[in-house]
Amino acid sequence: MLEITNLHASVGDRPILKGIDLSVQAGQVHAIMGPNGSGKSTLSYILAGREGYTITEGAVTLDGRDLLAQAPEERAASGVFLAFQYPVEIPGVSNATFLKAALNGVRRRRGEKELDAMEFLKLTRVKCRQLGMTDEMLKRAVNVGFSGGEKKRNEVLQMALLDPRLAVLDETDSGLDIDALRIVADGVNALRGPDRAMLVITHYQRLLSYIVPDRVHVLAHGRIQRSGGKELALELEARGYAEFGVDEAA
Amino acid sequence: MTAVSDTIDQVKGLTDQKYKYGFVTEIESETAPKGLNEDVVRFISARKAEPEWLLDWRLRAYRHWLTMVEPGWAKVSYPPIDYQDAFYYSAPKTKAGPKSLDEVDPELLRTYEKLGIPLKEQELLAGVEPRIAVDAVFDSVSVATTFKAKLEEKGIIFCPISEAVANHPDLVRRYLGSVVPYSDNFFATLNSAVFTDGSFVYIPKGVRCPMELSTYFRINAANTGQFERTLIIADDDSVVSYLEGCTAPKRDENQLHAAVVELVALDRAQIKYSTVQNWYPGDEQGRGGIYNFVTKRGACRGVASKISWTQVETGSAITWKYPSCILQGDDSVGEFYSVAITNHHQQADTGTKMIHIGRNTRSTIVSKGISAGQAQNTYRGQVKILPKATGARNHTQCDSLLIGDRCGAHTVPYIESRNRTARVEHEATTAKISEDQLFYCRQRGLSAEDAVSLIVNGFCKEVLKELPMEFAVEAQKLVGISLEGSVG
Amino acid sequence: MTPDAEDYSRLTPGLPWLEALQTEGRRRFADLGLPTPRQEAWRFTNLGPLGRLPWRTAPPGSTTLVPESLPSVVPAGGPPSHRLVFVNGTWRPDLSSPGALPEGVVLTGLASALTDHAGLIEAHLGRLAAVDGHALIALNTGFLASGALLALPAGTVLERPVELVMMGAGTDAERPLAWHPRVLVVAGAGSRATLVEHHVSLNRHPGFANLVAELFLAPGAQLRHYKVQRENPESFHLATVTGRLQHDAGYEGFLLTTGGRLSRNEVRLVLDGAGATVTLNGAYLVRGRQHCDTTTLIDHAHPRGTSRQMFKGVLDAEARAVFQGQVLVRPGAQRTDGHQLHRALLLSDQAQIDAKPELEIHADDVKCSHGATVGDLDDDALFYLRARGIDRDCARALLIAAFVNEAIAEITDPTVATAFEALADGWLTPG
Repeated sequence: MLEITNLHASVGDRPILKGIDLSVQAGQVHAIMGPNGSGKSTLSYILAGREGYTITEGAVTLDGRDLLAQAPEERAASGVFLAFQYPVEIPGVSNATFLKAALNGVRRRRGEKELDAMEFLKLTRVKCRQLGMTDEMLKRAVNVGFSGGEKKRNEVLQMALLDPRLAVLDETDSGLDIDALRIVADGVNALRGPDRAMLVITHYQRLLSYIVPDRVHVLAHGRIQRSGGKELALELEARGYAEFGVDEAA
Repeated sequence: MTAVSDTIDQVKGLTDQKYKYGFVTEIESETAPKGLNEDVVRFISARKAEPEWLLDWRLRAYRHWLTMVEPGWAKVSYPPIDYQDAFYYSAPKTKAGPKSLDEVDPELLRTYEKLGIPLKEQELLAGVEPRIAVDAVFDSVSVATTFKAKLEEKGIIFCPISEAVANHPDLVRRYLGSVVPYSDNFFATLNSAVFTDGSFVYIPKGVRCPMELSTYFRINAANTGQFERTLIIADDDSVVSYLEGCTAPKRDENQLHAAVVELVALDRAQIKYSTVQNWYPGDEQGRGGIYNFVTKRGACRGVASKISWTQVETGSAITWKYPSCILQGDDSVGEFYSVAITNHHQQADTGTKMIHIGRNTRSTIVSKGISAGQAQNTYRGQVKILPKATGARNHTQCDSLLIGDRCGAHTVPYIESRNRTARVEHEATTAKISEDQLFYCRQRGLSAEDAVSLIVNGFCKEVLKELPMEFAVEAQKLVGISLEGSVG
Repeated sequence: MTPDAEDYSRLTPGLPWLEALQTEGRRRFADLGLPTPRQEAWRFTNLGPLGRLPWRTAPPGSTTLVPESLPSVVPAGGPPSHRLVFVNGTWRPDLSSPGALPEGVVLTGLASALTDHAGLIEAHLGRLAAVDGHALIALNTGFLASGALLALPAGTVLERPVELVMMGAGTDAERPLAWHPRVLVVAGAGSRATLVEHHVSLNRHPGFANLVAELFLAPGAQLRHYKVQRENPESFHLATVTGRLQHDAGYEGFLLTTGGRLSRNEVRLVLDGAGATVTLNGAYLVRGRQHCDTTTLIDHAHPRGTSRQMFKGVLDAEARAVFQGQVLVRPGAQRTDGHQLHRALLLSDQAQIDAKPELEIHADDVKCSHGATVGDLDDDALFYLRARGIDRDCARALLIAAFVNEAIAEITDPTVATAFEALADGWLTPG
């Protein structure tokens, strides 16, 4: 479903990704692990289409369609969902307003009927209930004054509503205590399904105990250095990234 | 919540419309001779069959105006205005003033229908109260006023000011010019000499006006200035909410609009005055557009009275207006909520004055300025605490948002305190829409323009929520439309 | 006010460029006259009382003084500072002690500097403080007779503060003296220095100091510039400080005002290179019928500039204060970070304050803000202290001192911070 071939990317003159090859099938969850500065977040931003990165070589397709040629909102409509490491605050705009605008934006591009206020509210309530959340969060301004855990849960709620083909979770565990992590992971797991692929990007193994991946890839120095099953994550936890020429003793 | 998301939808539908009120109505008009002199002043007064005292007042204003110089302190620039190269009176040709809505020229009714302004009193379902009464001013004259009879039942007077001069001369004579004297400033003085029509409102003691009152101003004729004058008097313990809207056709030349609004709130009276100003702003190159030089002032004469100004300024090539409150009565309250959006080559210099005279007077100022394209947007405000205003309070918040690196956003507050016990607080910030916010919205599926509209609506929310429902949706739409082409 | 032709002084006859400059200054001042409240920049400060007095330009007379009796903000006993002393605007080498200076540093009276450093002065004098359009600069230029020059070669560090002690010593209340000194600082790339200006009166006679400073900060230069003005309550003190910071230069200023009948500090700094930094703070404490005006313009002309301003004012009796602070961000000055705060306390029913903070922004990627508050002491804080057993006057004094010290604490030179705090305390607890 997601095909990344020989992807090279740089910021300014500095190469960050130096030839990534990755294939993720529908229904699979892949984890990308790697030390700080390995290019993990860059990869997630490139998939979502953030400006500031130059693709120097390679291709990315989703369901056979070129992803790199699309604007961020087109990618969203194509089914790419990025759960941000640091969800952005938008003062004065309620979550409900934001979600409805996003959902209808995506539905419009997909050629689906837009939802009116009542339909939207009904759908949101259902999703909230499925994720064990209250809809109180909908009334508040987007991420403003949210705790770290609330921000991440808000990301999961948005994912549930937008129903993506590919969900990219960028360091979803950062800034979460263990209880919050469990709630968020439960939410993500509830959204796993045969038609959906997930890319879980993380530094630590911790998250992968809750969101168990089918495949684990180690990203370092802009390349995938090693791939394996879920046991690779445990191995990394024990041995660190030293064998990839990365000193993270500190 | 739905209002803002509806905004997005409506912005979508309007994307290619830009300024959708730019059409011209073909209608025969009667105009005064071009230019300005005492004869033109007399012509206007005669057309309206005014009493002697009002003609004298106009002439005093005109003679005073000749001694004045156009103010140059605002941060706006425009070529010199030739005051002789305009018409000061233009009215659709009718026999006499329309007596009922059935007599109004159907072309005019169609015009207002096209503008989305209901000029019919029809379709009143049983048990459903009308929510809004409209006075429609077309160029220099009022062409229709709805629900007059219904309002009269409560003793409320809502009519064109020219009609009030005839039917309620004592009230008009007592209050006209009592808040904005004829000698007040260059544009107000010009208005005093040549004002043509506008609305008059009187709310009797103890009456809460049962519906929103609204005036809708339309400039149609070319080369015509519009000089309306509105006077609202809220007697003791009364409450009124008043809305004002305005549009004009697209024309390549600039047109002058110099209005005066006077509000008087007596003991414990409350006046809420909302404006959505959408005069033609000129095109993307800065050609054409309305010069909007407006004097709006309210006097809180009575104890515990309250005047609240809310304005959404999206139109006009130049906006020069400072809706103000003179807080004379003890415990009186003044409020000013403003959103000013400038795009392309628009220039806005707008703000307020809060003059604290009475004890324990309070004022709140919230100003949101958004600047895009090559526009210049200035907040200019004065908070003045006079020696007797013991316990006065003011809080001012001015936020500016810049979109693009060729526009300007400026904040010029004047704080003058003469009383130890008064407390004045002023805060101002400037920021831009962050790349992070834009990307986050787009990742969720919003287009760049929808994202800007959404973020800006959020930025303005504090002000937009002050608008009556009828206006809120229109205002939110305008926010989106006004910023079209500002990103991407 | 028209200084009579007989009376004016000139810096040094015989330098054609200087004579031309002074002639131009006098001509411009004759055209402009003193500023009036009709001008926006002077809307709140009326120089009428100044214009009505029969001023004469101070002659370079010698007042008998001994160096040891002179006021100083640098405490005795410590290592000596570099000190220049001026009486009625005239440099007094006999009272000055420039001390040992690093190689290449020039610190001397402007008049004597003209013999050895004419080229340096010609290259800088009047370049920032242009006579056209600014009456006080024109007046200063036209009647400039003295001043100070501090020049620092690239990379030089002056560890001890340079102290300029400027004293007014009028002789006759009927014919008060006016002086127009110029302070010229030329700080080479990467140089560092601390300059302290100390303005006092030696008696009760009125004086009129019309000071102009020009500060040139080459790339990376760091200047700390502290000023205390505590002249007698009959005096007029007008100072116009102009400064230009090249890239990565830093300026830290503090203005402490307790003196003068009518005073104005007008500070105009241009961040004329990327990454320049300005910190400009101040405190004014005025009572009686004093009038104190603080006017600042921080002109961000290049990217990545930072400016921080905090001013605190305390007004008692019938004092009046004016604060006008403009932050200008020019087109292209992206990533500017500018913040300004002005807070004033009114302690009496007759005190008056006028504030006009102003932002003018022509670039989008900026963070700029200002805040201004005016009011009395916080009742809750006052009550809290009194509830803990502190009497009312004492509680008030404590809160006022805390209010002022918040600004003074920003002074990074500990000696000056201590001295300024003591001066402020002295004002708060008179007698």
